[in-house]
Amino acid sequence: MNLDIDPPLQQFRAEVSAWLAEHVPAGPLPSVDTAEGFAQHREWEAKLAEARLAVVSWPAEYGGRDASLLDWLVFEEEYYAAGGPVRVGQNGLFVLAPTLLAAGTDEQRARILPPMARADEVWAQAWSEPGAGSDLAAIRSRAIRTDGGWLLSGQKTWCSRAVFADRAFGLFRSDPAAERHRGLTYLMFDLRGAGVTVRPIAQLDGEPGFAEIFLDDVFVPDADVIGEPGNGWQVAMNSAGHERGLPLRSPGRFMATAARLVDLWQRRGDPADTQLAGRVVDAWISARAYQLQSYRLASRDGALSGEQSSLTKVFWSELDLSMHETALDVLGARAELRDEPGEDGRWLDGYLFALAGPIYAGTNEIQRTIVAERMLGLPR
Amino acid sequence: MQFTLSAEQRQFSASVHLMLTTADAIHSARRWLAGDPEPCRVLMRMLAETGIPALAIPSEFGGLGAHPTDLLLACLELGHHAMFGPVAESVAAVPTLLGALAGAGSGPIDEWLAGLASGQLFATLAAPPLLPFAADVDKAGLVLLAERGSLWVAEPSRLHRSVSPARTLSEVTGRQLIANGPAVGRALDRALEFGAIACSAQLLGAASALLEATARHARQRTQFGRPIGTFQAVKHRLADVLIQLELARPLLFAAAISLADESKDAPRDVSAAKVASARVANLAAKAALQAHGAIGYTAEHDVSQYLTLIRALGPAWGSEATHKARVLGALTGQSAPGQSVQG
Repeated sequence: MNLDIDPPLQQFRAEVSAWLAEHVPAGPLPSVDTAEGFAQHREWEAKLAEARLAVVSWPAEYGGRDASLLDWLVFEEEYYAAGGPVRVGQNGLFVLAPTLLAAGTDEQRARILPPMARADEVWAQAWSEPGAGSDLAAIRSRAIRTDGGWLLSGQKTWCSRAVFADRAFGLFRSDPAAERHRGLTYLMFDLRGAGVTVRPIAQLDGEPGFAEIFLDDVFVPDADVIGEPGNGWQVAMNSAGHERGLPLRSPGRFMATAARLVDLWQRRGDPADTQLAGRVVDAWISARAYQLQSYRLASRDGALSGEQSSLTKVFWSELDLSMHETALDVLGARAELRDEPGEDGRWLDGYLFALAGPIYAGTNEIQRTIVAERMLGLPR
Repeated sequence: MQFTLSAEQRQFSASVHLMLTTADAIHSARRWLAGDPEPCRVLMRMLAETGIPALAIPSEFGGLGAHPTDLLLACLELGHHAMFGPVAESVAAVPTLLGALAGAGSGPIDEWLAGLASGQLFATLAAPPLLPFAADVDKAGLVLLAERGSLWVAEPSRLHRSVSPARTLSEVTGRQLIANGPAVGRALDRALEFGAIACSAQLLGAASALLEATARHARQRTQFGRPIGTFQAVKHRLADVLIQLELARPLLFAAAISLADESKDAPRDVSAAKVASARVANLAAKAALQAHGAIGYTAEHDVSQYLTLIRALGPAWGSEATHKARVLGALTGQSAPGQSVQG
């Protein structure tokens, strides 16, 4: 057993690190939930794509480098250590793309993936509805068969970044006679087309990051259906595993946060507060554990199973929240300031975002039940 | 990178597991306490045959000179079967200590190493302040004391009973000086690291066994017309144990690799593993007891055996505070590299 990084991978790490040192913007970009910020994040993605660093784990023909899981983990470590901007195209990159690679056609991949890699097209996800959150199978938005395609009607909600995104993907009920997870179809649609209304929803952090999408007979051609009509649930379950697991939140992200937390504690923590120091240590240990677990997975060259994804999702989402809470406790009375300058001002935003972690990508209650039933064999 | 077990290692684990199950290791302590030492003797013989006592002993002294990850696999299984006696001392710490001081006419040390490797001799160790007591002197043919740069054969005075029924703790006094000088301190530092990860592995193994047993219980035990495992409170509590267990394991193996590589990160990694292992073992013990209900509280049920073992071993080889301080020191660069777990 070893944790060695071989020379080619060390070289890749060095290349990535050097490129990021030269190109990562000096200060934070404007919020991705503003028009200007969204545009600047899109430009950043284009730069990454030009350096062939936007989608390293994709096949080269779509703009990637056929990178292994381990290569990708190393890329992510460097990306977050360098303070790389939020990946504005993350829904497309980490949810839709794996689905297309697994279940799409060659035509779809050739048409959709390259513009996605360059952020010429930015995607939003359209899963939830007012009556269907954790219970995704309760969705009611319709896909009605028409000549050459489908007409979408209904309402989707909690669609992050849909205000400025170009296209969206999600599940729609294509067979009104079928119930629950049967009779669903996975479709991709334009957010700028006829019949689509996107309405921003303000979040508790003050950002209009959320949106609801109203669809009124929106036309989708057959070419934009993924997998077979009626088989959408199976296609989606494949991508749900990706959303909650490794690709969405790699260990590099949390290792970087833990390192920042140690730095914060050193600068502003009370050395006599051993309890707080203990929480800082816990943060690092947990982040390191997730990193090592991912190395183990990469060594087996395995894909994360759905239930393993559930297990790690609970872990990283609660770790992220815990780290940010610890940071705010270090900041003490200054923690609540919305205009705290510099590095230390990032913690509050990070905390507010971390609050969402146990909710999105499948609530942690659902995930714990999945772990208990599928990994411990407890009965339904 | 190959951060995964080899086929041989999986096979080794499986064979140790089978042996310990066949020997009914988990109940041998109970039988010993009840006045029947025979199951223990059988177990000790079978243990010797597995080569476990020889793993951490250099081959020039009759040992296997195995990689620390193999030692971990053995200790995981020993923990899984609630093996009693001075496990971490005899299988990990003392072999490491003596192995570093052996050779060049070191008197009895070479013979002890041979005895340990063959499984004939069991040893225990006191090393104040980290190990104020020697555990299980009554099950060890060799009692050592390492203190202030000196290594002694020691004599126990007061025998204390542990919360873990078959375990004892003794204060000891040095009687025969074996070695002294800076080499003893260095050897002891490394020995204590090995003791700490061996103990961590026992704790994880015990946690794993408890979780398996509890899941089994939750599937079988019915109340209100359904298995109690259908209740979400039970599911979620046990899921939390599994999540922590899965994430603690890689820390343990990373520590073994750091020790094998003599990396400067070894103290940090050993401490991280110990903190995580002790925490999940404690979590598992309480979840197991709660899910079993009153029956888990009986002396007769295995849950109590694991729970009391975990209670004893959790703070052994350095408390949570000690190990967290060491990790913090490594992260902030505020202590010298290679800081001894002794402090």
